Amino acid sequence: MIEIHDLHKYFGSLHVLKGIDLNVKKGEVLSVIGASGSGKSTLLYCINGLEPVQQGKVVVDGTDVHAKGTDINKLRQQLGMVFQQWNSFPHLTALENVALAPKIVKGKSKSEAREIAAQQLKHVGLGDKLDVYPSALSGGQQQRLAIARALAMEPEYMLFDEATSALDPELVGEVLETMRMLAEEGMTMICVTHEMGFARDVSDRVAFFHQGVMEEIGPPEQIFGNPQSEHTQKFLANVR
Amino acid sequence: MFDYNFHWRPVMKSLPDLLEAALLTLQVAVLAMILGIVIGLCLALIRLHMRGPLLWLASTWVELARNTPALFQLFFFGFGLGSFGLHLSPYMIVLMGLTFNCAGYLAENFRGGFQAIPDTQIRASRSLGMNAWQAYTRIVIPQVFRIVYHPITNQMVWAVLMSSLGMLVGFRELSGETQFFASRTFRIFEYFAVTAVIYYVIVKLILGASRLLATRLFRY
Repeated sequence: MIEIHDLHKYFGSLHVLKGIDLNVKKGEVLSVIGASGSGKSTLLYCINGLEPVQQGKVVVDGTDVHAKGTDINKLRQQLGMVFQQWNSFPHLTALENVALAPKIVKGKSKSEAREIAAQQLKHVGLGDKLDVYPSALSGGQQQRLAIARALAMEPEYMLFDEATSALDPELVGEVLETMRMLAEEGMTMICVTHEMGFARDVSDRVAFFHQGVMEEIGPPEQIFGNPQSEHTQKFLANVR
Repeated sequence: MFDYNFHWRPVMKSLPDLLEAALLTLQVAVLAMILGIVIGLCLALIRLHMRGPLLWLASTWVELARNTPALFQLFFFGFGLGSFGLHLSPYMIVLMGLTFNCAGYLAENFRGGFQAIPDTQIRASRSLGMNAWQAYTRIVIPQVFRIVYHPITNQMVWAVLMSSLGMLVGFRELSGETQFFASRTFRIFEYFAVTAVIYYVIVKLILGASRLLATRLFRY
């Protein structure tokens, strides 16, 4: 379970997250929507400790992410992350991209790591691209590669930071399909997204962020069908 | 009008000595490059990540190496230090002068290389649980190495050619040796013509080897 208590985040004097309280249970799929700059992505970075926080805390399975004694590298193995700019490692083949972290972080043997990698790549539909370098893959394929790379660490949670925003429109579908598949397999997911269709169909709950505040959270039927907050109504009217 | 008679025999007779001197040239250039790469990497990292006196030192090093004549840099390690009573052997003067110069140029190449790797590569590595050292050595450095590979080759060529300045501080590398024989036989043109060919061949070999290695190293 991910527990977020009264989380505040500043970039200099800019107050980006203004007291977020949020719990995400095992097996749940949470979509986070809202305008750019509303703090959605920052929330993800605070959850896996890539960004320090100024107040409040994030607790993952009982471990305080930002506490001094926390082994953050160990904790991050539980928190797979997929970025907007897919960030494949250009100097490694698809297989090596996925096998590297299991090998050097988890200490798996070379053959074991490669086996895991091949399996994960097959899982996301890249079984025929094992020895290809990322430069020869499309954006959609690179994003699926990034998903496989995160999954190879066998995380309990997956964090998606606008995983489809940087893709050409015709490539969005294949990545959403992969995310949908993960959701059906029972993966716990927090998806920051602009894909309203995905948020509505796949999530158990949807959270709407506005200027660093979580304005509203609830099942998709409520957020999309009967939004309570004025800001949510305005935002949804504009994206439709 | 053109009545110079070529005499190649003396040159050919001393060819073994010239080739031996060529090896010395290559040796000092390779050593200077190895030291230059290590120091240049440190200078680049200091300039990217540090403040205070170390930053000042690194910046001054790079500025002096790049913005003053290479010959003067050699003279500094020879006559400059000599006037303070520190007398280095000609070999050491050339090695230190070359290293100083190469480190300065390579530092800027490395700095550009590091800046070309987006921060998001580190973030992605860290998100997988890698520590900072693993992210640096497994993800950043290999990519930087590819970016600076061809500039390093250029610098290697430059180190070989620049080592010829060594003859002006009494170093008997290829040029110094040539000068020595030329002044004894007065076949100045012939000697330097042959030496030019030797330099040309050395440089061609370096470029060829570098290209061959690149196809092995960089498959992406």
